[in-house]
Amino acid sequence: MLAQLIVSGLAVGACYALLALAMVIIYKTSEVLNFAQGEMAMLSTFVAFTLLDAYHVPFHWAALLTFLFAILLGIFFEVVFLRQAKDPTVLGLIIITLGFEMILMGFAGWKWGPDQRSFPFPVSNIETYNFHGLVISKINFWTIVVSLALMFVLFLFFRYTKLGTAMRATQQNPIAARVMGIRTKRILSFTWALSSLIGAVAGMLIAALGILDPPMMMDPLLKGFAAGVLGGMTSLPGTAIGGAILGIIENLFGGYVSLAFKSVVAFAIIVLMLCIKPSGLLARHYVKKV
Amino acid sequence: MDIKRDYYEDIELFRSGTILVWSILFLIFLAIFPWLIQKYHPLGFSIYIANLIAVHAIVAIGLNILVGYTGQISLGHAGFFAIGAFTTVIPILKWDFPLFIALPIAGFISSIFGFILGLPALRLKGPYLAIATLGFGMTITTIIKHMEFFGGRMGLQAPKLEFLGTPLKDIHFYYLIMAIAVLMTIGAIKLMRTRVGRAFIAIRDSDIAAEAMGVNLTYYKTLSFAVSAFYTGVAGGLYAFILGFINPESFHLIMSITFLAMVVVGGLGSIMGSITGAALMTYLDIKLQAIQDLPAFGSALVVFSQKYMSVSGISNIAVIVYGLIMILIVLFEPLGIFGFWIRTKKYWKTWPF
Repeated sequence: MLAQLIVSGLAVGACYALLALAMVIIYKTSEVLNFAQGEMAMLSTFVAFTLLDAYHVPFHWAALLTFLFAILLGIFFEVVFLRQAKDPTVLGLIIITLGFEMILMGFAGWKWGPDQRSFPFPVSNIETYNFHGLVISKINFWTIVVSLALMFVLFLFFRYTKLGTAMRATQQNPIAARVMGIRTKRILSFTWALSSLIGAVAGMLIAALGILDPPMMMDPLLKGFAAGVLGGMTSLPGTAIGGAILGIIENLFGGYVSLAFKSVVAFAIIVLMLCIKPSGLLARHYVKKV
Repeated sequence: MDIKRDYYEDIELFRSGTILVWSILFLIFLAIFPWLIQKYHPLGFSIYIANLIAVHAIVAIGLNILVGYTGQISLGHAGFFAIGAFTTVIPILKWDFPLFIALPIAGFISSIFGFILGLPALRLKGPYLAIATLGFGMTITTIIKHMEFFGGRMGLQAPKLEFLGTPLKDIHFYYLIMAIAVLMTIGAIKLMRTRVGRAFIAIRDSDIAAEAMGVNLTYYKTLSFAVSAFYTGVAGGLYAFILGFINPESFHLIMSITFLAMVVVGGLGSIMGSITGAALMTYLDIKLQAIQDLPAFGSALVVFSQKYMSVSGISNIAVIVYGLIMILIVLFEPLGIFGFWIRTKKYWKTWPF
């Protein structure tokens, strides 16, 4: 029972971690807290759904086209809306992302209606694998595998590619990066594209685990924030671990204490974490100068 | 002409004769509004819209005290709204409380929650506060949804209101709401002109400087949350009776964002702006929800929806327009309608220069 709960919690946690990674990448680069992340992922998932359901595209092609769409969506938002804001305040940036969230939400509601659908994922969510008595559903297993693989690729990307290094440089100090000849504006667009892409993967996995409808990302959005806060909104490994921890705690709470109040856990974690250790699980303490 | 000679001139309600005259005219308009509108539109629906605008105006004022005056962000006001609605309806349903006691109690319960939420807010800045309040709003609705005491997922039916044994009619309820809204507006204007309001503004401009000047940050930040929650709670209580039915599903994140949109559109740090913003956005929302009923354009839209979109989700256009307005306001007119008003006024004052 315990091991079972931990494994299924890990699968959900992996999705939260991906969503949180997408937010943290943005937050590190541009100090924008992306409230539209969930809806961007939702829209991408709907695009994948339409490709699969209405046009009968094979899954790998549908996934590729969806990723392309997600990248374009991220760049579109950055170029058309965020870049136009001259000298924005924190509140202003939050409101822009909230506005974008509402646009996407309204668009999805208009285009696909309020019906709940199931996302045709190539892995079944009924069949199970059996590892020495530990039963794990195929979809949970593959969710964990895909998320870990994506995180590993991200790690390699940030560590070893030129673009990844440029992104890290921009995150650390945009002005110095510009002096070094990095086109920081273009890097910003790339960052949004990358974040939107990761979000799209998270969205497809979450839709595969649950259902697909326009408000489906409301809850995961909060969970993603919780995971991000666990990682201090700055540390990528911290965020990944935070997502896993959140998923496991939440599932244990749901299994042993109360299923109905499961989603309260995320809020409790956010408040506790922000009050006790706002710099996150792994980050060193960082105090901003006045 | 604009010189202030003593402190009492600075804190008085009507700063000039012009404002006094316009305020009185506006009050008269509110009083005779049902008679004016009767001739052209069905009375029930017009009063419903007016009530909704008044309630949203109260929320917008409350939220503006927090966001516009104190500079704290809240994405959880739907939570306070829900608390207000449920704590007004439940005492009336279960223990036969009169509205005039239940409503202030709801406001106070809501402000206690505001105070509690204000405590972690002391340590949080900007984005983090947005996350925490977002979580608060979503958590409150989850809790309400899963507790049988609050009617669970089905929600509650608001009772019929009575006053001294006679049932209250729509038109009486309209005057009740307007009276409460006007009182709360005056309260907010007064509050912002006193020591408390100035402390809020000082915190907004720079909390460290405010603290150095002797403003007690703990006290005033939590107070701001409490006052804001009180306004929202009272509005929530009234909202329950306007709809006649409350269910926890309706107090979702989009509602919090809508409140924030009203404040931003009206203008941060302006009470009158909040009222205008609330009126504008509420009216727009109601019109857009029924967009297919518009002449000519509406039917074309239905055809378009049938072909490319879905007809069942056509009311979502309201959400899209809301989002667009929010973004455009931030990009082009960060002070909202209030900023536009100030600029127009300045333009005419200095004309032809």
